[in-house]
Amino acid sequence: MSFSKTLYDKIIDAHTVRTLDDEGLILLYVDRTVLNEYTSPQAFTGLREAGRSVWNRKAALMVVDHVNSTAAHRIARMPDDGGQRQVEYFAENARDFGIELIDILDNRQGIEHVVAPEQGLVMPGMVIGAGDSHTTSYGALGALGFGIGTKDIEHYLATQTLVYRRLKPMRVTVTGTPAIGITSKDIVMEVIRRIGADGATGYAVEFAGDTLYDMSVEARMTVCNMIVEAGARGAVMAPDQKVFDYIKGRPRAPKDSVWDAAITCWSALKSDPDAHFDREVRINASDVAPMVTWGTSPDQGTTVTDVVPDPKAQTDATKREADLRALHYMGLRPGTQITSIAINHAFIGSCTNARIEDLRDAASILDGRNVAEGVRAIVVPGSTQVKLQAETEGIAQRFIDAGFEWRQSGCSMCLAMNDDVLKPGDRCASSTNRNFEGRQGAGARTHLMSPAMVAAAAVEGHITDVRKFSRGA
Amino acid sequence: MEQFRSVTGSAAPLVAPNIDTDIIMPKTFLKGVDRKGLDIGVFNSLRFTDGKPNTEFVLNKPGYEDCKFLITGANFGCGSSREHAVWGLYQLGIRALIGSTFAGIFNDNCRNNGILTINLPHETISDLAECVTHPEHNELTVDLENQTIRINATGDEIPFEIEPARKQALLQGLDPVGATLQHVAEIRAFEQDYRIRNPWYF
Repeated sequence: MSFSKTLYDKIIDAHTVRTLDDEGLILLYVDRTVLNEYTSPQAFTGLREAGRSVWNRKAALMVVDHVNSTAAHRIARMPDDGGQRQVEYFAENARDFGIELIDILDNRQGIEHVVAPEQGLVMPGMVIGAGDSHTTSYGALGALGFGIGTKDIEHYLATQTLVYRRLKPMRVTVTGTPAIGITSKDIVMEVIRRIGADGATGYAVEFAGDTLYDMSVEARMTVCNMIVEAGARGAVMAPDQKVFDYIKGRPRAPKDSVWDAAITCWSALKSDPDAHFDREVRINASDVAPMVTWGTSPDQGTTVTDVVPDPKAQTDATKREADLRALHYMGLRPGTQITSIAINHAFIGSCTNARIEDLRDAASILDGRNVAEGVRAIVVPGSTQVKLQAETEGIAQRFIDAGFEWRQSGCSMCLAMNDDVLKPGDRCASSTNRNFEGRQGAGARTHLMSPAMVAAAAVEGHITDVRKFSRGA
Repeated sequence: MEQFRSVTGSAAPLVAPNIDTDIIMPKTFLKGVDRKGLDIGVFNSLRFTDGKPNTEFVLNKPGYEDCKFLITGANFGCGSSREHAVWGLYQLGIRALIGSTFAGIFNDNCRNNGILTINLPHETISDLAECVTHPEHNELTVDLENQTIRINATGDEIPFEIEPARKQALLQGLDPVGATLQHVAEIRAFEQDYRIRNPWYF
């Protein structure tokens, strides 16, 4: 019997208040949460009705992001009455329960998963459960992040814990040198394509391998963020110097001697060399090409050089039917070249791909080029801080000069809960995470890809291979 | 939370894989601050066409109007964490979901709202789905105490497994927050020690 442990198991062990049965059910101490205006209201109502208070108000941060407008001129009013009521109740809850609120007019506002790391809320070794599935993003900072529903938000707020069943650990190891133009988005889309939309269901995924450690912390966030689309119930990565450098000096980060002690402790956060993983997936990044989805599930993806697959090739009958339905919805025929698919919308945004590096990457495609006629292209920065930085760096101007709309921050057209909604039949190249039916608007069609691929599609008017835009190619 | 002991009602087959929570509860219905009125939202884009019931969709077909159970495909409930999907299913009258796999957050949300999720092998699900395709034998009795699904037309019984803690919570209709608050002293003691070991988090 080996006593070696995975990083996931170490974090869980360090947060176990008590066991609740002999089958792995535990009471898990959760360090922090971030709250948004649409999944939290009923949790606060639950607290109010039971007369309960918040266990640790400093361990939470409230950020308006899902329902707000992204129009260039920022106003306090939400685009619709429902959203307005949600934001008002959100503010009321922040006030009554004493939790810090970043409202729509705050220059720290943005998408919760971009804002929380920016503010230093997320630190290595933490467990973070939050009312949004993309909480897995925090794995990139050495924290275990996972999404929870509203009743569990209430449970967290009242008790600082969650009733939690231990998951099986899975490791995704990425090695090899990616070609120019290949991003961490392409890598995670390749992982999802390979293991399927439920390939990581029941698992906590640890990302490993030199390729990811050569990448920036932001690029790693994209990978951890999107692995939820393979069903992962949590993501984690051993933190390295890049992570420590990323956190240092942020508003909520520890300082001085406490910081030094923290680094010593965090440096030990890694899986033991012979730790056992229930599933191992290995990806050679040098084989990865730019990825594009053709269907309505994030695992229905292929390389940009490929064609739309033929459902007839599916041996499983239910999968064949799902593929047929997806192609019908997407208005695509088997055998169509991916690069021949024309788009009329391009969207760069979301908690997956709207950080400063994503915007730099996309803008680098645009020099001297313009958005194609008939294409509406918009950029929604991941946070107001990202927006301001992009404006300072001149990136915003490059987007504007090329014909992109330059917007305020929010979740926006990733899920179209605000007024950024596509029309039936619109086809969008999107740097987001979900291509579900109706996700960006009823009847609208979404093709997921990297931000640079979106920029390239915007200027050509159809999906295209970003590698031909790369310098030196 | 309502108790779940033994429930009898009709079942509808919905076996496409990867039915996501955007489809179960479209964004139009996410703008409330309470849980009310979500039954109309469930599968809204499939159930209704131009505001009228889509007669092609299974839940609008004769014999399936008041379903208590859905026979579901792999990875049911994937995607967004929105608990509105589960509130809506419950308000529509759904008491149990019987499928091969459920997405993690969705499954937890079901647990917290009194909806029983039953995992069965893919082949059993295919057989059961085929069986309930015929309205004359789509009535099931799901008996949680004895862990069986009975097809009432034939008398056939299918046993199922469930985690003991989950079973107890559903049988008793326990409020999970109230249950955890019984351990307040232990949480405080843990936190005190945790804070000493990790002062940088506080």
